[in-house]
Amino acid sequence: MIFRLQGTKTLTMYQYNDTDQTLVDERVAQFRRQTEQFLKGEITDDQFRALRLRNGLYIQTHAPMLRIAVPYGLLSSRQLRKIAHIARHYDKNYCHFTTRQNIQFNWPKLEQVPDILAELADVQMHAIQTSGNCIRNTTADHLAGICIDEIEDPRPYCEIIRQWSTLHPEFDYLPRKFKIAVSGALHDRAATQFHDIGLHLVNNDAGETGFRVLVGGGLGRTPIIGQVIKPYLEKKHLLSYLEAILRIYNLFGRRDNKYKARIKILVKESGLDNFADLVEQEWLLTRDAQELSAERIQAMKMQFVAFDYDADAGQDHSFAQYQQDQPKFATWIRHNTVAHKMAGYRAVFLSLKAPDVPPGDMTDAQLDAVADLADRYSFGQLRTTHRQNLIFADVKQADLYPLWQQLDALKLATPNIGTATDIICCPGLDFCSLANASSIGIAKEINEALDDMDYLHDIGDVKINMSGCMNGCAHQSVGHIGILGVDKKGTEWYQLTLGGSSENEAAIGDRLGPAVAKHEVTQAITTILDVYVKQRLDGESFLDMVKRVGIDPFKEQVYATH
Amino acid sequence: MQLIKDRHIIDDTWRYLADDAAPIDGDITVSLARWLNDKAQLLGHQGKLGVRIGPSDSAADLADDLAHLQLIELDFPDFADGRLFSQAWLLRCRYHYAGEIRATGHYMSDQVFYLSRVGVNAFKPEQAGHLAVELSHLNDFTVQYQKSVN
Ligand code: SF4
Repeated sequence: MIFRLQGTKTLTMYQYNDTDQTLVDERVAQFRRQTEQFLKGEITDDQFRALRLRNGLYIQTHAPMLRIAVPYGLLSSRQLRKIAHIARHYDKNYCHFTTRQNIQFNWPKLEQVPDILAELADVQMHAIQTSGNCIRNTTADHLAGICIDEIEDPRPYCEIIRQWSTLHPEFDYLPRKFKIAVSGALHDRAATQFHDIGLHLVNNDAGETGFRVLVGGGLGRTPIIGQVIKPYLEKKHLLSYLEAILRIYNLFGRRDNKYKARIKILVKESGLDNFADLVEQEWLLTRDAQELSAERIQAMKMQFVAFDYDADAGQDHSFAQYQQDQPKFATWIRHNTVAHKMAGYRAVFLSLKAPDVPPGDMTDAQLDAVADLADRYSFGQLRTTHRQNLIFADVKQADLYPLWQQLDALKLATPNIGTATDIICCPGLDFCSLANASSIGIAKEINEALDDMDYLHDIGDVKINMSGCMNGCAHQSVGHIGILGVDKKGTEWYQLTLGGSSENEAAIGDRLGPAVAKHEVTQAITTILDVYVKQRLDGESFLDMVKRVGIDPFKEQVYATH
Repeated sequence: MQLIKDRHIIDDTWRYLADDAAPIDGDITVSLARWLNDKAQLLGHQGKLGVRIGPSDSAADLADDLAHLQLIELDFPDFADGRLFSQAWLLRCRYHYAGEIRATGHYMSDQVFYLSRVGVNAFKPEQAGHLAVELSHLNDFTVQYQKSVN
């Protein structure tokens, strides 16, 4: 269904039908009842914990935290305005974008959560299964549908998986959480090798498109790269194959130790071949009863058809002119926009990494303003990214200059996408009850130390990921530079790693050496970057250099200065 | 004691036979281990037969015996252990068991909707006071996104 909005603008995202709406409405009613029962003492803490987690509600250090699902990172301006409204009325005027493309509120009141969920249901959103030992939000490439290296748009399959996994009666009490990511492009921007199941749209020898299925990848305490369990799966078997994996995991995944309960440990302990055999046997028994029809796939694709692009958008000359006249604009274009498959359009990153702002946070005023800009410049839609930024995916080149000016005024145009200050960072000690160490403050310090934009741009592509504890919510083990907060006798220390990557050349970072003290972290980071600048070959990226020289040259300098 | 069966509250006529207890008359349930050990003797029992399984038991062990069993009891030691959801699914879909599947033990009243979808048709809450609540929770949702048993 294409949804007409303000004259010529159309939304091409999944629109709820009566079933979808009824389901989220009934879920809100159920949780309202559960919350009331809990407050009256009719259900135990333990039981309510399981129920609230499956509705995105954690109890954190200071207050509950509510995590809202943004299916595969796609949002409409109307939904964003609702998020702004919730931030204003139920929270402290801001929200936080996570590394799994979701949104978190840090200060909701327990009694008000059912009302918040009802507000979300009004705009076809929910918080179902954003936490708990169940199938979580399915994530995708943030450039899906518009990038130039795409085999097929993954979003229709993400939506099919979203529906299949939502309130799945058999798989809501798994050994541990379960995450699925789908990529349809040559370049993996969805970290599919680090998910419980990673799906890659690929072509087979006959030129047909299906899925390469990876299993057993994951981050957290024991980072493991996923392995190919099925090199080619026909699309019609997508759900039956997922079901087979989930059933084997549900029956045989470890439940004796929560740190060994992810599917990666089951795959590792049983061996990929044995695990794959079990899945295959299960799948052969069920696949015929669960086929995904070509009509269903086609109908879902129709929900994601391309926008009505202006074929003449590339004719505009002002774009080139502005870049020539305004170096700051040209810099922003170079760093914060990427090519679009349609000539005359670009995708624009809104940086949520301005100095002085906790990475990934936005205020209600910014949210409202961004919703207006999305309506004006990008078909009323936007996306969330895995690095906690936002994207306007479909901006005409002639609109880029005025858009830049407005984003700049909103402090959303820091030209640092993909650079060392585009840090991903978990809430750490400031908000998370599991944290060993703070992370937001360190991110701020690094951001301040790297305030020279020319230096930052010269360093180029460096991904710094920082988590406040072993759980690794900010994926530090796959950061080019990873920072992990550890506790040493009650004080905050930080373990550094180098050379991780979540993209095609998936790698887990190597430990640099002993953990460093809190006041030494920023200096260690700037030292590492200086070593790179001095020792790189012409045109060599940071990651390539780490691969070439190993960690020793960095180690020498970092520990020499201490 | 009462329980819910096929959406009605009825009296429970079944009796629990411990592994070391002598056989008794009437409708009895035994553990899977006892069933596998004493099958020949139990088949001569006057009255209906049921088997209790826990999360680490395998429904496949009962696959050939299902014609003799009028009840399979899923005994939840912990509501968070979801294996019995798959066991119920297997009993219905893989082994085509048509008798009563009953949830007992430490399941949550809030799980009865999902349990009913994977094929459980009887519920025996730990607290009799939960019977009415569980009956109503069976109607928590009027729509569903995916295939299961129901
Ligand atoms: S990594 Fe640790 S400290 Fe950071 S949000 Fe996750 S659990 Fe909390």
